[in-house]
Amino acid sequence: MDIYARRRIANGMVMTLSVAATAFGLLWLILVLWTLLENGIASITPALFSQMTPPPGSAGGLLNAIFGSVVMTLIATLIGTPTGILAGTFLAEYSRGSRFGEIVRFINDTLLSAPSIIVGLFVYEIMVVKMGHFSAWAGAVALAIIVVPVVVRTTEDMLHLVPDALREAASALGSPKWKVIVMVSYRAAIQGMVTGVMLAVARIAGETAPLLFTALNNQFWSTNMNGPMANLPVVIFQFAMSPYADWQVLAWGGALLITITVLLLNIGARALASWGTFKQ
Amino acid sequence: MSLTTARQVMPLSPPDSLAADAEAPSRQKVLIRNVEFYYGAFKALKNVTMPLHDKRVTAFIGPSGCGKSTLLRVLNRIYELYPGQRAGGEVMIDGENVLSPRVDLNLLRARIGMVFQKPTPFPMSIYDNIAFGIRLYEKLPHHELDERVESALRRAALWDEVKDKLRQSGLGLSGGQQQRLCIARAVAVRPEILLLDEPASALDPLSTQRIEELIAELKADYCIAIVTHNMQQAARSSDYTAFMYLGELIEFDETERIFTRPKQKHTEDYITGRFG
Repeated sequence: MDIYARRRIANGMVMTLSVAATAFGLLWLILVLWTLLENGIASITPALFSQMTPPPGSAGGLLNAIFGSVVMTLIATLIGTPTGILAGTFLAEYSRGSRFGEIVRFINDTLLSAPSIIVGLFVYEIMVVKMGHFSAWAGAVALAIIVVPVVVRTTEDMLHLVPDALREAASALGSPKWKVIVMVSYRAAIQGMVTGVMLAVARIAGETAPLLFTALNNQFWSTNMNGPMANLPVVIFQFAMSPYADWQVLAWGGALLITITVLLLNIGARALASWGTFKQ
Repeated sequence: MSLTTARQVMPLSPPDSLAADAEAPSRQKVLIRNVEFYYGAFKALKNVTMPLHDKRVTAFIGPSGCGKSTLLRVLNRIYELYPGQRAGGEVMIDGENVLSPRVDLNLLRARIGMVFQKPTPFPMSIYDNIAFGIRLYEKLPHHELDERVESALRRAALWDEVKDKLRQSGLGLSGGQQQRLCIARAVAVRPEILLLDEPASALDPLSTQRIEELIAELKADYCIAIVTHNMQQAARSSDYTAFMYLGELIEFDETERIFTRPKQKHTEDYITGRFG
């Protein structure tokens, strides 16, 4: 058998295996989405967005949980984004070749893959125990701790993609370093950095474990950041585990809602990334 | 020491006696003296001493890795962006040693324009690409800034091509246009010295010709140093030529002499294509 025929056969085999593996992965994803749609679509009603979580046996919605999730995600993003971008900037622009930078990068990568329940327990210890009660602030802080390493990583990666020639060109004009970073590096990397933030938001939108130990849950409408606050992931957890059919239906609805939100965020991030990736 | 003029301490016999006397009078603008350079432990420049003349073009030739780009990068201390790179010796510009740690890096670089091998337009509009450097050191009213941008683009022979799309991204231009944009950006801040690091090596012949014409025009106002791999380009567009090899300056003289009767065998071998 000549070498060409052998290569064709090898190529065919690898191709078949790759397609099969892809199909296998996609199958479960589609099944999950389908099950979610099938069970959740019925509860996506105006009531879901306008009524509070009900006691068992009566009608209701998820308004307080949606509000709580949005508020805590928003605050977590507001805390985590500037912190993450500044730390990522430090790693990419200021700590080149320094030992300290390497250590920070290593710790950040560890934090990136740390189980979120650890983050929840940590914030429980430093905030909930000290304050003596669960609170939305603690929930937001726990989520922010998850946001930071994601943003640090993407910011650093995106800044690394900016060619040094561009920094040299700006510096050669007599530009101080901070201006080189803000006016040139950030501009060149902005789409990727925003994508990173969106992915981080998508990640925390569905986090349950950190909130279980921090914001806990609340059956009622609450805007008090110092008290427990309802949020979608914990409500889904509680309602799905319950024996009441109407709670289970609401849990499906909440799950579908989170999934769609995360999906939209991801699509948005991808669209943004492909629309204006750095061209050079 | 910094008050002594560079000419007085010039240790080489200055080869400018004959140089293009028809042109505007020239004086020594820069004196590179005993310059050494290290990339970490690697010594990339060894004891280089030579002048750069005002209103003249000095070409640096030599095989890859000979240190000619490195020498250019010493002049505006751009190498200091990277840890582990350091230079020794003196670079006197108008009698002041700019390698001294007391020299303000940003002010120094504002006096020295630099254009790189690959075009480096900033990710912003054509207008802002030019205005970026001007805004760093000057607060100009709108119409004056507009005039400065226009005159810089005219100097770089780019105005006619971009005057209707100043608000579009500089990344949308062709390679040759981008390089002229970078030259315009460099001259817009009115530097005293222009460093050109193989400015035409990534360009097609037509764009190369435009850049060379541009260099000839800019020569009237600047002290220009150009690194090139193209022997004809060095012969065509420079008044002085420095031949470097393995981090050493082998020969420095008027371009005409380097290309017709070089003193060193090594130089002759290189320019006639026998090695390198």
